[in-house]
Amino acid sequence: MTAPIENLLRQAFPDARELAVLDRTGGGDHFQVTVVSPRFNGLSLVEQHRLVYAALEGPMADGTIHELRITTRGET
Amino acid sequence: MSELREQIRETIEREPVIAFVKGTHEQAYCGNSERAMQALRAVGASFAAVDVLPDPAIRQELSALSNWPTIPQVFVGGELIGGADIVQELAASGGLEAKLDEKLGGEWRNGGAEHTIPLGAPANPFRIAPG
Repeated sequence: MTAPIENLLRQAFPDARELAVLDRTGGGDHFQVTVVSPRFNGLSLVEQHRLVYAALEGPMADGTIHELRITTRGET
Repeated sequence: MSELREQIRETIEREPVIAFVKGTHEQAYCGNSERAMQALRAVGASFAAVDVLPDPAIRQELSALSNWPTIPQVFVGGELIGGADIVQELAASGGLEAKLDEKLGGEWRNGGAEHTIPLGAPANPFRIAPG
């Protein structure tokens, strides 16, 4: 079930050039998310990942996401 | 600020490289904690580890302090560098060594000095500070 997570990320990063959610294990709670967005330009990786965590705060807090791997890039 | 949070803050500022993990430097109980420590080893950085598992309050207070929700968390020279993904990415790109050099000079290139330090025990007001 990657769609709800993808929707949350699309809301948070409407201008994302690339946005992908992968269920890493098939179990529906270990995800790899990739977001490429101009929003990240000029931000450190820590700040970039904080924005992703903030977007997914709900499913992280209620246990829907047990593990999250994040890849982010600004646009160059 | 709680006593534990203050203790965590002092530890982060004292240790040149510190990783808050699930487990110890010898035995990680989480793949992500292992990934973060392997990334530090890959560039030859010695580090201190803190096991967050013995007391859930460590993780709560750490996350409140660092504004970072997950474990592991790696700090260099008192600054949060990231979790497993960022540390691994930086190790692969050369950015981790650059950050270590920037924050610590050459002090971190003493590989093999890994150790795990305890946290969360009540502070003893009568403890004699190490000289």
